[in-house]
Amino acid sequence: MFRYILRRLILLGPLLVGITFVSWAAIQLAKGSGDYFQALVLQYPQISPATIEGLRARFGMDQPPWIQYLRWLWRIVHLDFGLSFSYQVPVTWLIGSRALNTLLLSISSLVVAWAIAIPLGIYSAVHQYSVTDGLLSAGAFMAISIPSFFSALLLLYAAFWTHLLPLQGLTSVNYDLLSPLGKLLDVGWHLVLPTIALGVFSVGGLMRYMRTNLLDVLRADYVKTARAKGVPERRVILRHAVRNAINPLVTLFGFELGGLLSGAAFVENILGYPGLGRLILEALLRKDIFVVMGSLLLGSVLLILGNLIADILLAYVDPRIRYE
Amino acid sequence: MVHDLVAARAAELRQLEAARARTPLQLAWRQLRRYKLALISGVALAVIYVIMLFAEFVAPYGLDFTDRRLFYAPPAGVHLIDAQGRWHARPFVYAYRLVDPGLRLYGPDTSRTYDLHFFARGSRYRLLGFVPADVHLMEVDAPARLFVFGSDQFGRDLLSRMLYGSRVSLLIGIIVVLITFPIGLVLGGIAGFYGGIIDNVIMRSVEVLAAFPTFYLLLTLATVLPATLSSAARLFMIAAVFSLVGWGGLARIIRGLVLSIRELEFVLAARASGLSDLRVIIRHILPSTTSYVIVAATLTIPGVILGESGLSYLGIGVQEPSTSWGLLLAQAQSVEVFTQFPWLLLPGLAIVLVILFYNFLGDGVRDALDPRQRST
Repeated sequence: MFRYILRRLILLGPLLVGITFVSWAAIQLAKGSGDYFQALVLQYPQISPATIEGLRARFGMDQPPWIQYLRWLWRIVHLDFGLSFSYQVPVTWLIGSRALNTLLLSISSLVVAWAIAIPLGIYSAVHQYSVTDGLLSAGAFMAISIPSFFSALLLLYAAFWTHLLPLQGLTSVNYDLLSPLGKLLDVGWHLVLPTIALGVFSVGGLMRYMRTNLLDVLRADYVKTARAKGVPERRVILRHAVRNAINPLVTLFGFELGGLLSGAAFVENILGYPGLGRLILEALLRKDIFVVMGSLLLGSVLLILGNLIADILLAYVDPRIRYE
Repeated sequence: MVHDLVAARAAELRQLEAARARTPLQLAWRQLRRYKLALISGVALAVIYVIMLFAEFVAPYGLDFTDRRLFYAPPAGVHLIDAQGRWHARPFVYAYRLVDPGLRLYGPDTSRTYDLHFFARGSRYRLLGFVPADVHLMEVDAPARLFVFGSDQFGRDLLSRMLYGSRVSLLIGIIVVLITFPIGLVLGGIAGFYGGIIDNVIMRSVEVLAAFPTFYLLLTLATVLPATLSSAARLFMIAAVFSLVGWGGLARIIRGLVLSIRELEFVLAARASGLSDLRVIIRHILPSTTSYVIVAATLTIPGVILGESGLSYLGIGVQEPSTSWGLLLAQAQSVEVFTQFPWLLLPGLAIVLVILFYNFLGDGVRDALDPRQRST
């Protein structure tokens, strides 16, 4: 196991280099439609060309592209993601907290989605072909077909008329005045809406996977054996069947995370949630390239780590799996 | 011991009973019901695509039609009974009356009815892009307006714009599949067939692409597109962006399939008869993946529709004056607006419906073509 993790971590190196290269290449393409400084000149024609050249030189933008890339790579190795053009602060300041917020949103959605989908999937499989099963399956299909930006809009609509939940942001105006417990509750309260908006999509898919897997397992010989031994039905399902049906879902975890990070980008933009997806959109529109590249890089790192954790988790819950 | 045996026998009986509860006939009925759902979805999609083709005919108004007096007008009800309780032979609408100028609330002006004229002459257009015509499905006389889904902030008919916008939303998925699948098939085929360095290079690129959260990459690449592109060119560029990001997943699975197909005897025979490698891959190996490819295609399209509407919603996909369902939904972006004028959310409903139909269709197609993946 340890050797496997080590090998994966070593392989991470070339993968990260590939990711930085693609991020860089995408940004180079983006420069075709004018870079930050050209936009600046358009907005403030009074800035002298000399000042612009000075700014360019300050950010190292006067060098040939490949030198810029190597410099950027060199700085990343030292965990320095460069300076933001528009905020004039290190990119790390900006993306650190934003990435944490996105991670918080993704994980809370993941937890909520699993907590809802697994029991419903089990119920559906155990009561196969019943009316409830039909309704749940139809509901799952609906959930899969609702884009996260539309579910966010619908929830916003409901929240606006019921006045039950805060509509925007992650914290209240008086956040800084609250006690530590109050702060926690405030953030939790603000998380409800985005979590549901983002989680709905996952619930549908997870539920269907759980149902299919459990139905497969319920046909297995060892379930028959357990029943034949006189194990109570409840125990057969929960201890013998579900335990085995849940393994493939763990692999899905990494895949889910990718979808959640993408979906979070919408939810963040609609619900004014201060996350990575919103930052990257703002930075893209401002052509603040170091922020964009940093966000792309950090998003991918989150995804890769998620996949790694999923693989390790899988080996942990399923002793049949050996990574050697 | 005896107790165990009894329990085993009881369980066996239960099993038998359970098996009897699902006779072949019942199973077949269930399968048919599934197909029925897929079939209904397929027919619904076909209808939607036909309406899309004849959008100019079905839409009461043109793409750039505006009535500046009637912005944010609510959906106009089509009636058969008038305010005096009399039945009319023809469906009719009422003209709008501004009830509250401050809140922009409209009500029906029930003093006069305006009949719907079917197949009436109206603005000129080119059917399917080349047949000159001026007949519309439904028209009403001014000053009444046939705003069946209401109007937007410029007084444009939402239904008409949704009909025109459906072109982008419905076609982009197909365009992307037409670009992505040949690339994914050939690259996946080559990787699986040759193995070695080529395989390594292709698969490592796939891994790098897969390491990005897809939408971040889509966002970044979509902002690359210059604002000066024509709307058709822009649509194709957006499709290209989706393809650039999306070919990897397909290539990876095709590679896996090719790895096993490569070892089969008919491939050996094809190679022994001296065919070129590319011909063996394209004519002999890839056709064996057809059923998977068809299933993957039906399930890729809704994903792309979702992605396009997302990009357009955020304002970096399709641009005005051309439109798509995502862009129409963007008019509902602020809470204050769409809580007052909820009909602006209708384009979102259209997106959900089309994706739902595609998902049902894809599920049925998978069951029919690929029994190994059949969901129970």
